[in-house]
Amino acid sequence: MRPFDFTQAESLSQAAMLASGTGQGQTDAATQFLAGGTSLIDLMKLDVLRPRRLVGLSGLRDANERIELNGRELRLGGFAKMAAVARHPLVLAHCPAVAQSLALAASAQLRNMATLGGNVLQKTRCTYYRDATWAACNKRSPGSGCAALAGFNRNHAILGVDGSCIAQYPGDLGVVFAALDAQLDLLGPSGTRQIPFTALHTLAMNRPHIETTLREGEIITQFRLPVGALTRRSVYVKVRDRASYEFAISSAAVALEVEGGVVRQARIGLGGMAYKPWRSLEGEQALSGKPLTEATMAAAATAALASAKTHGFNDYKPELGRRTLVRALQEAQAMTPAREA
Amino acid sequence: MTKLTRRTVITAGAAMAGAGLHSGPLFARDAAAEGEGEGAPNNVARVRLMVNGREHQVSLDRRTTVLDALREHLQLTGTKKGCDQGQCGACTVHIRGERVLSCLTLAVAVQGQRIDTIEGLSPPQGPLHPMQRAFIDQDAFQCGYCTPGQIMSAVACVREGHARSDDEIREYMSGNLCRCAAYPKIVAAIKQARGLLEPA
Repeated sequence: MRPFDFTQAESLSQAAMLASGTGQGQTDAATQFLAGGTSLIDLMKLDVLRPRRLVGLSGLRDANERIELNGRELRLGGFAKMAAVARHPLVLAHCPAVAQSLALAASAQLRNMATLGGNVLQKTRCTYYRDATWAACNKRSPGSGCAALAGFNRNHAILGVDGSCIAQYPGDLGVVFAALDAQLDLLGPSGTRQIPFTALHTLAMNRPHIETTLREGEIITQFRLPVGALTRRSVYVKVRDRASYEFAISSAAVALEVEGGVVRQARIGLGGMAYKPWRSLEGEQALSGKPLTEATMAAAATAALASAKTHGFNDYKPELGRRTLVRALQEAQAMTPAREA
Repeated sequence: MTKLTRRTVITAGAAMAGAGLHSGPLFARDAAAEGEGEGAPNNVARVRLMVNGREHQVSLDRRTTVLDALREHLQLTGTKKGCDQGQCGACTVHIRGERVLSCLTLAVAVQGQRIDTIEGLSPPQGPLHPMQRAFIDQDAFQCGYCTPGQIMSAVACVREGHARSDDEIREYMSGNLCRCAAYPKIVAAIKQARGLLEPA
């Protein structure tokens, strides 16, 4: 690990001012915020990230980890721990998919460390990015190429990829947030602003070293999730190579509002498939106004994976993605949601 | 005469090796040397750590993890270094009462926060903690290297209320790998101890 300066921030506004070197969404910015550290410290040990300065946020945790319901909006503090959100009664009742996505992520220890803000900001990354001995990685060394295109790409993305990077977004919570219209509250050196979660992550577009639309020094202070009948009937299904403590090779977040046997609203997010947290409007449209049957579910799954582009070892993914989505739709259909409080 | 234990032999050996090459602990010295030159940040910080109810003031390279601080600077070698990248759970300790990975936690970031390690689980001369007793009773280890992490994780698993069934124990202990594969006996040990632990 390279040497760095360390400053423990004493307030959010001080943190935002101190961190004017975080760049604009660059993965390799010279200044990095340190919250839970589960991803940052790991990548620094591997010499993939080489920040000159860390701004510590752990002292701000207690003031920014609230979980509350405000009318029809579930508010989750940006510093809330994954474990705390996964077990919170309000989350379990109003949006079970959020709780499930967190409980199925990482390990119990990591969930006690990682914050929601840090979780959604984990890098879209692959084994070639993590191993600095591979010269070709456009995300690590812009312009150097992509070793994964013709490499061992079994768990690489098939949606939203281009020739510059085929890494997949490895998170679970982000997939649920993308599907369910979560909003972000941001605090930066020049004040606060709000953006939709789906506007946070960018596609590779020949510059995969830039992953988000965050401006210099911006911190995610809160997530706001509209909740109601739709989110109470929500599930997150995760398929992995082993039963626990593993990234998805395929996952699906689904929320349904069904009336008289007909889908009024469907929301679909896909994980283990895409370069960024993926919402499938195509899949949603295929279900809207239709009865929920095996045929309509299959049609939605076909639509959701229609634009898939595979690279050899991940040729299996479109079919696995379709089946994962159908299973999630079936589980959402079968579930008994919590009653409205 | 000092009682000879494995720990005193290892610690003394490390100190002698260090004396021959450097004036300080190996890790800190190497890290400081690496930080010199080309305008590198001054990398040593005075750090206050609260471990097992005792306060320690130590000068540490800022890059030092809680794991290395415990093992290399406080001579608390019960916490083990396995993968050193958050994948095996051997380094599990409790910070602010919650199980976390000390290998991914910088010491400078947790100053003054309560840290509990395997050494603090039971009093030095007192009876073993029920979870330690259960691991022995159930023969829940072979080589023993992952065991301190397993026990710290297991204590937290019970306190969190995640030890209600075998499946739940396996799921919530999945962050602790055991290459000897003592898993069935670890589950048995947690079941033995779960009724004896006070809730959080």
